Amino acid sequence: MAEAHAHAHGHDHGAHAHHPTGWRRWAYSTNHKDIGTMYIVLAFVASLVGVAFSMMLRAELAYPGMQLIHDQQFYNVLVTAHGLIMVFFVVMPSLIGGFGNWFVPLMIGTPDMAFPRMNNISFWLTLVGLCLVATSTLVGTGAGTGWTVYPPLSNAVFHPGMAVDFAILSLHVAGAASILGAINFITTIFNMRAPGMTFHRMPLFVWAILVTAFLLLLALPVLAGALTMLLTDRNFGTSFFAPQGGGDPIFWQHLFWFFGHPEVYIMIIPAFGIISQVVSTFSKKPVFGYLGMAYAMVAIGFIGFVVWAHHMFTVGFNVETRAYFVIAHFHYVLSVAAVFAIFTGMYYWLPKMCGRMYDERLGQWQFWITFVGVNVLFFPQHFLGLAGMPRRIADYPDAYAGWNLVSSVGAAITLVGTLLFIYLLYRTLTAGERAPANPWGEGATTLEWTVESPAPFHTHEILPNITTQPAE
Amino acid sequence: MTKSRWILFCLVLVGTATFGLDALAASTGAPVPWQMYFRDAATPVMQDIVDFHNLILWIEVAIVLLVLGLMLWIIVKFNAKANPVPTRTTHNTALEIAWTVVPVLILLVIAVPSMKLLFFMDKAKNPAMTLKVVSHQWYWSYEYPDHDGFTFDSNLVPEDQLKPGQLRLLEVDNRVVLPADTEIRLVLTSDDVIHNWAVPSFGVKMDTVPGRLNEAWVKIDSKNIGTYYGQCSELCGVNHAFMPIAVDVVSKQDFQAWVEQARKKFAKADEPLKVVDAGTR
Ligand code: HEM
Ligand SMILES: [Cu+2]
Ligand SMILES: [Cu+2]
Repeated sequence: MAEAHAHAHGHDHGAHAHHPTGWRRWAYSTNHKDIGTMYIVLAFVASLVGVAFSMMLRAELAYPGMQLIHDQQFYNVLVTAHGLIMVFFVVMPSLIGGFGNWFVPLMIGTPDMAFPRMNNISFWLTLVGLCLVATSTLVGTGAGTGWTVYPPLSNAVFHPGMAVDFAILSLHVAGAASILGAINFITTIFNMRAPGMTFHRMPLFVWAILVTAFLLLLALPVLAGALTMLLTDRNFGTSFFAPQGGGDPIFWQHLFWFFGHPEVYIMIIPAFGIISQVVSTFSKKPVFGYLGMAYAMVAIGFIGFVVWAHHMFTVGFNVETRAYFVIAHFHYVLSVAAVFAIFTGMYYWLPKMCGRMYDERLGQWQFWITFVGVNVLFFPQHFLGLAGMPRRIADYPDAYAGWNLVSSVGAAITLVGTLLFIYLLYRTLTAGERAPANPWGEGATTLEWTVESPAPFHTHEILPNITTQPAE
Repeated sequence: MTKSRWILFCLVLVGTATFGLDALAASTGAPVPWQMYFRDAATPVMQDIVDFHNLILWIEVAIVLLVLGLMLWIIVKFNAKANPVPTRTTHNTALEIAWTVVPVLILLVIAVPSMKLLFFMDKAKNPAMTLKVVSHQWYWSYEYPDHDGFTFDSNLVPEDQLKPGQLRLLEVDNRVVLPADTEIRLVLTSDDVIHNWAVPSFGVKMDTVPGRLNEAWVKIDSKNIGTYYGQCSELCGVNHAFMPIAVDVVSKQDFQAWVEQARKKFAKADEPLKVVDAGTR
């Protein structure tokens, strides 16, 4: 397979030869770097929406009483859309579609992904998914079901209208896109490594994407099946989840969390991969316990599938979930860990992707402001949870006012940090210094630093031969 | 609550202590401003949850301090200036085995009490009475099957009808009343969507699922007689934030007196629970 590819691209002489220009370059793209870039742009746009929604939520929660959002259903719609957008259209597309597409082929020394056309459809389906979820917030009274879409609340009786159908279709389409993407990554990593690039020499980021791809491949079809059942419950009179017809709402929860728990790892394992590369690069030494780390990620992947039941404690097996504590906990995992890893990846790879350096001082400011912001934002939510504040409420008993205000101030600080990042991006793209092929010095030993910056349209047309122990 | 625990907690949360003793004061059955920790446990189950949580918190604090310490050590001793030529060491079998085995051991230490707790919470051993809880969009109804099965609804008291001292979003028109010193079985179900009957001081947070009967239990010591508040804790639609729970725990004698009076008051409601029109939302 690697050979076939080397051939296909072997006819292109020179970095910029023979590729469509203008809108065709992007719409018809089969190039892993262009597709990676489009994923990152998509995640960026989606994050603007997702963050805007979260700021509306935190603004409403700053004080007890209903000030900005007068309609509780609208609050529920915002919570739902924020959750879905952040998970499916910000974290996943940036880590997997964005960095994965850009750097897996570069790091393993292959010219492109195994199925470049499938890569194209993966991206465009993801965009369709984003449009569908946006539409769902605008149709009728919206989908106020939470991102977990539990029936019966999500069935046609309690959510008539098409909003929930749009949300379901959105997840269906985004899920299909991710499954195709996962197949693409697995095939690429298994079959297209450069000569000498054995599994045990693969950079940890590639390991991370490989494990993630397997998780996606196993978890998403289950979600797709559950969504299909919900869709037929809503529209065609089945009752998979309706007790009146012999179904059971708990059945949905089992299926959902069979997907949902691995999903947490799907979002965090690529983040482990990025951090491993960055730590290795800047400490100028290979990662300590490389194989241990690689197999730890594999093990975490396995465990991810057997622990879904812990999400079901309050269901009837019976604890401290579903309070604000949960919101604090998963935001630490997702918002703090995964999003900080996304920032890290952007800083680390921006020079390679756009050929320009960012302003280190601005970067430091952005880190500290955002770091303080998210901690002020999410730490007090532990207190709220322990004190008993439930999730997904637009108004709360007055005793919870204090920490909620602190949390909302934290949201404002986080927003400042985020806006600063946008400014930093703008500065980098318009006025950043030209980046050399390897701006990070002797520690940056993975293959992406052997090609010039920005990475040319085609890379590794002559397969690199990895004979020495490569970077980890 | 032991003193040392709070001292530790404050250590970890440097700065937050400036909010004063208010936050640390023992709470009642309702949340208090700036509360940072659990409400006081009123049942054995909640006591166990608090103890279990504290065990985990200690372990967590130890891990955080260890990791923080290691990071500081690395940052100070091994930065580019202090240590210009990094070592090429990439393996230390003993170390790698240790940091795999120790977390597994920690998980086991956590897993054992957590399973015990789960079984302890699961079912009442010798319940003396049963309270049936049925959720509706957006109120609770309660049924006393061991006291001739009278039943009543419990609705939020809207803001403009609150009497002085009543808590906004927590007060209800008809509080559910339970006797102290009695093992009480809770049987919970729902009439429409999934809700969740949660009273933090009791350590009860149980989904009410249409078509299913879930079970929980409480036993409240007579020294904990008082009023306990909770809220619906599963997203259940438009008024999810507005279907609170208020429980009066009274002495056995007071409970008997209340039952007599409640039987008359709610006599009409003796008929089977009405099914709410599923179309309303
Ligand atoms: C800008 C920082 C963020 C803020 C201010 C924020 C704020 C919030 C708020 C206020 C809620 C609703 C809490 C409730 O009432 O139950 C929420 C829910 C949620 N957030 Fe975030 N969030 C942020 C970042 C993120 C990120 C990066 C993710 C990544 C996955 C994320 C995922 C979620 C999810 C999954 C939910 C649950 C939705 C549901 O309950 O259905 N958030 N967030
Ligand atoms: Cu409810
Ligand atoms: Cu509710």
